[in-house]
Amino acid sequence: MDILNDIAARLEAGEDEEVGALTEKALAEKLPPKEILDRGLIAGMNAVGEKFRAHEIFLPDVLMAAKAMYAGLDRLKPHLEREGVPSAGKVVLGTVQGDLHDIGKNLVAIMLRGAGYEVIDLGHDVPPARFIQAAKDTGAKVIGMSTLLTTTMPVMRKVVEMLRAEGLAGDVRTIIGGAPVSADYAREIGADAYSYDGAHAVERVKSLMAEV
Amino acid sequence: MANDARGPGARDARGLGAAGARGRPAAARGLLERLAAGEVLVGDGAIGSLLIDEGLSPGECPEAWNLTRPDLLETIAASYRDAGADFIATNTFGGSPLKLAAYGLEGKTEEINRRAVELARRGAGGRALVVASCGPSGRILEPYGDTDPGEVLESFARQMRVLAGAGVDAVCIETMTDLGEAVLAVRAAKSAAPSLPVMATMTFDRTSRGFFTIMGNTIAASAAALADAGADVVGSNCGNGIENMIDIAREMRAASRLRILIQSNAGLPEIRGDRAVYPETPSFMAEKARELLAIGVSIVGGCCGTTPEHIAALRAVVDRSAARN
Repeated sequence: MDILNDIAARLEAGEDEEVGALTEKALAEKLPPKEILDRGLIAGMNAVGEKFRAHEIFLPDVLMAAKAMYAGLDRLKPHLEREGVPSAGKVVLGTVQGDLHDIGKNLVAIMLRGAGYEVIDLGHDVPPARFIQAAKDTGAKVIGMSTLLTTTMPVMRKVVEMLRAEGLAGDVRTIIGGAPVSADYAREIGADAYSYDGAHAVERVKSLMAEV
Repeated sequence: MANDARGPGARDARGLGAAGARGRPAAARGLLERLAAGEVLVGDGAIGSLLIDEGLSPGECPEAWNLTRPDLLETIAASYRDAGADFIATNTFGGSPLKLAAYGLEGKTEEINRRAVELARRGAGGRALVVASCGPSGRILEPYGDTDPGEVLESFARQMRVLAGAGVDAVCIETMTDLGEAVLAVRAAKSAAPSLPVMATMTFDRTSRGFFTIMGNTIAASAAALADAGADVVGSNCGNGIENMIDIAREMRAASRLRILIQSNAGLPEIRGDRAVYPETPSFMAEKARELLAIGVSIVGGCCGTTPEHIAALRAVVDRSAARN
């Protein structure tokens, strides 16, 4: 089997040590780091995302696959940087203030990292000003906000308003997600995009990055 | 803490209430005894969404209000008692020390849980049982998460020791989505108080391939594992409206010989302005609850978005059904 297909398959199976070892082997065989990323790790994560969306696998499988992906990515990163492979872009991500549920946000972070984005993960319970500050500090072009609780949704509106007040709207785009929010709600509060799952978030972030 | 044996919640070794219960108010008989006698019971409704209506802010610990707003908690309990609930849940859903730690309140585990039982007991006024609510730890267990299952078991056990010591009539482990964690909670309850009746309910999502928790647990697997762990009653709560619950109850009835508890939320909240509005009305839920009774569900109650009006409507349906049988 092609070693890159093998990496993708082992990643899907959540075998972190094997993915790490195979990534090192692929590097030793002088395969281009970008190809190991695209045809190995990203291909594996995409398959995981599709199966998760189809309810063929569940959260534990995704989390195990993510561990395997990070095992490969950690080894690949120095090589990608040395070769000057550009990151797909920076995304600030967090679960809004008052919300300790961050499984959904973590899934989005996994899928974005798998797709080559640099994710600045602010964790959970993030106040509006921290989203803005992190975007300024890192030059991230997208802020992603997640919530599971209806009570914390107004915080998302606050971030959008603060971006406008600081004259950053347009330069920094916003995307929201989480069980209680919708595309309608995104429109209502003036957010630039809405996504319903991790894989969809990657698609939407891609088009937001193209706009800015 | 050792004075509970004389308290109003004292129960005999099998949790069946004192012998010679005849002539005493219904609440004085144990939960399992009443179920065994064929009675269908009505649970209470939401606490959290009522606290939000009263000003609970995002990021605030709902269980901390047991200490800061005790009168409100007692009033809510009394309103469910007056609506006809057979049992009142304590405001301890997030009262395990691991969960309280998210607010820096794990040191108040004993105080918060003990106070919750006192307030529910006072609100129940001798006319309803007091059931201890216990929700997820908020952690993801190893190997896929970072939390040692032993730590989760000890966290639940610490909460259960307080609740049992304060004299609750039963425990309701609820809104679980990881069957492994739910089993740990059942085991914690049974080890803290072997005679205390334990109800355990999971939250399932409807998918194109059937019902699963977000962790991938099926209804049949959940019913079997919870029963093995020692649960006396199994079921489902929260979720996405009572119509889904009818299908969940049917599947669980086929999978388990235990009594079944269903506590639905009032549908998925819709956002009007910045407020969450739950779409299912008391009469809608009551109408659908008749189907739950027909399937053989033994306890019906409410979850997020339900109010004393919802519980009163469920009470009326259960009473009408009992009168017919």
